[in-house]
Amino acid sequence: MANDLGFWTLQALNALQLSMLLFLLSIGLTVIFGLMHFVNLAHGSLYALGAYVAASLAAVGGFWMGFFLAPVAVAGVGILLYSGLIRRMRKSGPMAQVLVTFGLIFAMLDLTRIFWGDLALAIEVPALLDGRLSFLGVEYPTYRLFIIALGLAIIAALAFVLGRTQIGAMIRAGVDNDAMAACLGINVERLFFVVFCVGCALAGLAGAVAAPLLSVTPDMGLQILIPTLIVIVIGGLGSLKGAVAGSLIFGFVQTFGAVLAPQLASVLIYALLAAVLVIKPVGLFPAKG
Amino acid sequence: MKRAILAALGLATSLAMPATAEDIKVGLLLPYSGVYAALGNDIDAGFALGLETFGAETGATFEIVREDTEVKPPVALGKAKKLILQDKVDVMAGIVSSGVLGAVRDMVHGAGVPLIVANAGNDEATGIQCSPYITRMSFSNGQVNRPMGTWMAEQGIKKVYTLAPDYAAGRQMIDGFAQTFTAAGGEIVGQEFTPFQKTQDFGPYLAQAKASGADAVFVFYAGGEAISFVKQYDSFGLKADLPLYGSGFLTSALYVNAEGPAAEGVITALHYVPTIENDANKAFAEAFTAATGRVPSEYAVQGYDSARALVEAVKAGATDRESLANALRQVSFDGPRGPLSIDPATNNLIQPIYVYETIAGEGGLTQKVLAQLPAERDPVNGCEMAPVSN
Repeated sequence: MANDLGFWTLQALNALQLSMLLFLLSIGLTVIFGLMHFVNLAHGSLYALGAYVAASLAAVGGFWMGFFLAPVAVAGVGILLYSGLIRRMRKSGPMAQVLVTFGLIFAMLDLTRIFWGDLALAIEVPALLDGRLSFLGVEYPTYRLFIIALGLAIIAALAFVLGRTQIGAMIRAGVDNDAMAACLGINVERLFFVVFCVGCALAGLAGAVAAPLLSVTPDMGLQILIPTLIVIVIGGLGSLKGAVAGSLIFGFVQTFGAVLAPQLASVLIYALLAAVLVIKPVGLFPAKG
Repeated sequence: MKRAILAALGLATSLAMPATAEDIKVGLLLPYSGVYAALGNDIDAGFALGLETFGAETGATFEIVREDTEVKPPVALGKAKKLILQDKVDVMAGIVSSGVLGAVRDMVHGAGVPLIVANAGNDEATGIQCSPYITRMSFSNGQVNRPMGTWMAEQGIKKVYTLAPDYAAGRQMIDGFAQTFTAAGGEIVGQEFTPFQKTQDFGPYLAQAKASGADAVFVFYAGGEAISFVKQYDSFGLKADLPLYGSGFLTSALYVNAEGPAAEGVITALHYVPTIENDANKAFAEAFTAATGRVPSEYAVQGYDSARALVEAVKAGATDRESLANALRQVSFDGPRGPLSIDPATNNLIQPIYVYETIAGEGGLTQKVLAQLPAERDPVNGCEMAPVSN
């Protein structure tokens, strides 16, 4: 089995698919952190919320309705969170922020349970993406290829916006030195708000995309939080490059770890995290040099 | 004089009514929140229905005190203490997680309070850790899977790849299966245990199963993991060449509809499915659906039969902790699962196991029973306890 090229292609695609899902989550978290110095541990809950909203909408109007509207709904919740809590917490230091957003995780966990019940929900893959495609000599589920393509498209879009547009330049300036950026006439506060909303929408999108693949359970947000945090710590805070690199490293280490050293599968990524923290504590590609 | 009259009165009433009007206080120790909340609620609904259906057969009245374990062993231990010392319950029932059962075991055993286990299946609870006060009306992990190993070998399946989450129950389920499957001439060509509740993507393991050269795959997963697993197995198109078998929790009636068409054709074995054909099950399924709007799951029937066992013990004349514990060990009746009896050597339930296929029926997925495998008693597994006293 080990010499079969198809087997390794299949596993590489699995790794890539996991990486893209993690990227959608971690990019929002890392830019929010880089720009606002704000630790939003409730990011995983927004992902779970996206999955639940998508599941509810899919039951009414099909998968695509959930796919397009869940990010909007989650961004709406993000606006509420921002104006209700996060703006007040901006100056209160990381410990208070961690505690408040950590508390939010449990509040949202129980809210999803009250609204949607304890039983797991599921969404069917849409007919268009059902089935499998022959790809590089292996049969691979179309839906997983769709996740990979979506992830790549979002990386390209974000790279363009952050690297080539004026708003991208403003965000980069804000991440680098927010006080100086404000002096230069950039409305940093409004920039924060926009970035926060986009980050929330991406978390919602990740939830909507993950829902047909996994099952929608109240604790899915907690389960994804640790991998997401590992991604941004390995990748480095605040940068697109870091989020991409971190996601790819996590996806490949996790997948090939499970194949090559199954007994070590769950330890491997933590060992890597520890190694990165020892050798390069700021992560591989931090926004600030 | 007054005392003599009272005694005579008491004697007269007890003669008139064979079961005296006792008040039995039941402590239900279940997870109403946390990952197993759905299971706890199903057991609760089944238990309440069981008391409602059979309670009137005794002269006793039953009072239920509910406590939430939150699936946390230390919390559960505190709640068990409260039920025993403060509420002074006569009997306790429930317990979904084996971890919780392990935490309250010594407390229950030391206090001498009978406990009817309504789910937790770890083999040790009725093996080396057995107690005359703990009777199990659900299943043991090995019991559910051992008959399936023999059955699959009889179907001509030679090579099997197994997968399960890496924790005690996962390992016991697979061990039970592997033991009888290899004894019947089968071969386990690969075995993998995935990180428990940390694995969302089974893709890497599925590719390995495919490459292993097995005839079939046998797995144990439950809850959210089961839904993800079944859907991902189907999405990789493995079902056609590599049929999926498993422990019946994989396609439990509780969540099979979330798995959707991906679950069609999956063959598993369990101690209960809602489509078992007998009168007791028909009555139970109708009453349960009328009360909750859901099809009864194995968890619901475990709650229902736990209540029934309690009623049977009271009918046999038990009134307090000591006599209830003793009577529970001798309970036997015909229920929705078929003929049930407690094995007094281990206090585990002896019950038939059903092999079933998940098929598309009217209004969603349903279960087609392929075979009823005879009941076997669990090996004693180091259980030593005082015999039943009469």
